[in-house]
Amino acid sequence: MNYATNTIQTSGQIALPAWRSRVLFVLLLAGLATLLLRGVYLQGIHNGFLQQKGDARYGRVVEIHAHRGMITDRDGEPLAVSTPVESVWASPGDVEVSSTQIAQLAQIVGLSAAEVKSKLTDTSREFVYLKRQLPPEQAAKVVKLAIPGVSLQREYRRYYPGGEVTSHLIGFTDVDDNGQEGIEFALQAQLGGKAGSQQVIKDRRGFIVEDVASLRAPKAGSNITLSIDSKIQSLAFREIKQAVERNKAKGGSIVVLDARTGEVLALANWPSYNSNNREKPNVSVLRNHAVTDQFEPGSTMKPFTIATALETGNIKPNTVINTAGGVFTVNGRTIHDTHPERSLTVAQVIQKSSNVGTAKIALSLPPETLWKGLNESGFGSLTGSEFPGEAPGKLRDFKTWRPIEQATMSYGNGISVNLLQLARAYTIFANSGELMPITMLKQDVPAVGVKVYSNATALAVRDMMETVVRPGGTAPLAQITGYRVAGKTGTAHKLENGKYINHYVASFVGMAPASNPRLIVAVMINDPGGRDYYGGLVAAPVFSTVMGASLRLLSVPNDAPLDNVMHPTTADLIGEEV
Amino acid sequence: MARLNVLLLIVVIACALGVVTSQHKARKLFVELQKEKDRAQQMDVEWGQLQLEQGTLAMPARVEKLASRQLQMQMPQSGQIRYIRSASGVVAQP
Repeated sequence: MNYATNTIQTSGQIALPAWRSRVLFVLLLAGLATLLLRGVYLQGIHNGFLQQKGDARYGRVVEIHAHRGMITDRDGEPLAVSTPVESVWASPGDVEVSSTQIAQLAQIVGLSAAEVKSKLTDTSREFVYLKRQLPPEQAAKVVKLAIPGVSLQREYRRYYPGGEVTSHLIGFTDVDDNGQEGIEFALQAQLGGKAGSQQVIKDRRGFIVEDVASLRAPKAGSNITLSIDSKIQSLAFREIKQAVERNKAKGGSIVVLDARTGEVLALANWPSYNSNNREKPNVSVLRNHAVTDQFEPGSTMKPFTIATALETGNIKPNTVINTAGGVFTVNGRTIHDTHPERSLTVAQVIQKSSNVGTAKIALSLPPETLWKGLNESGFGSLTGSEFPGEAPGKLRDFKTWRPIEQATMSYGNGISVNLLQLARAYTIFANSGELMPITMLKQDVPAVGVKVYSNATALAVRDMMETVVRPGGTAPLAQITGYRVAGKTGTAHKLENGKYINHYVASFVGMAPASNPRLIVAVMINDPGGRDYYGGLVAAPVFSTVMGASLRLLSVPNDAPLDNVMHPTTADLIGEEV
Repeated sequence: MARLNVLLLIVVIACALGVVTSQHKARKLFVELQKEKDRAQQMDVEWGQLQLEQGTLAMPARVEKLASRQLQMQMPQSGQIRYIRSASGVVAQP
């Protein structure tokens, strides 16, 4: 084909109507106008939608994790620390995996291959956790497998180095890092951080390339320094555990207080559990019995009755009380002494734990005076420890007291307390009559107490309580070589369906060195099932070991001779029971 | 006039290239900053884990177990403790 023929052929078609080209021109113009208008519309008027779509391609809001505060003991030893862990998740739709990879993955996350396979092939779901909270080393292995559609998500987990030793005290957090029990729950507001968020631009590979704006700054939780001394805590835990097992008891609790400041140095219960395990035991093991359970204290209540009576001036420490051979009837009910005597001085009433003597002294007081003495000692009201679920104990209004109730209450029946409350009340005798506030947090300023009894009364009762641990008292086993000890035993029948049964709560509360008390230790053993059940036999040895070792740990100067001391035997012990 | 326009055009192109380069540099630096932040966080994490490890290893219960089982040590009974008095009469503290 050449140009000549071509021209000839086209020239043959030139005679087309002129309107056709015009129509075409208009159509093209209209098309252009439409595009222009659409352009103006999208760029200028209706631009929000596209802007949003564009942002969605590269703009991201990322969450910035706020650390949960650490809990440490008074020397800075960590008791609860948050560390990151990785959760492995998959989006089944995107998963491409070989069977050997499934087997490897299953081994890392600790599931069977079949389980992993069923999770990965369940395409009805878009998100499935394969394993939550995997340690970082394990997570690194998952990354190495490089399976498409399987990714990691960073989460934080709480670890408790103390495990069962501190579990009741510290409590634990749930999988989302919120406190559930103990200190973790009580101080959630301070410990928990507030997560922040930030707007950023990410590139194709998911790296953040630009920081657009900070929407909310993260606020880390504050660290908490407890008043706990982990050495004493560990010691107290070990001893209470041994005592419960040795005496075949149902349980036991121990509280160690700084006598001068009211700081809790140790608080432990047995049975306990390991707070690092996700599976929690039943509620009765979870309960912090030292704080949430109230029990009838028995004879450990007597010093408060005696102190109230001394305060009125009706009696003196050497006043002789007629204990009537250990039998005394009030309102048709008879009160017995385990160790009957014709008469005892007030000091001997404490030493030998005479129910009759205490009841007689209590009945010489107006009900209101006794109630006031006990109420001001902190019975029947919360200690202010801020422990979740603390039991306030029970001290009935004096207007409803009958004489028999006033008598039994004076030796700790018909009144209930928790162990922390009882230990706190003894700060009165350690601090010349001042009741100290209880705190779980380390204090930097001296504590301010509330005056309950006069200095002379507090000292007199402390002197009486020193005789308890001497031969002829109820607790010679509470003696500690090198230190003077003042304390009181308790052996109370347990209440079941409103009746006293032959099961017991054995307790001992004491302080040392008696010349200038530094520590208060309260021990409670619930339902000892062995041969012995007296507080002086079951609880006092725990007191002696824990107190002795703690005083040595704190380098407290001795206030008693160290050499040529007689070691106590159970033959010296006076029985008691209420 | 035309000369000025050409000059301005060159200036504009230079500025535009400058913006692109500085943006690129800024992003590069930002990525580096991000890396350092990640490293700081990683170290923070490691610190927490080391603290935890130390806490676990130094737990009084564990130390005691090692002392009694591996080193055959035992807590002295009260009768086995001898206190030594210094010349000034102050008791030496354990």
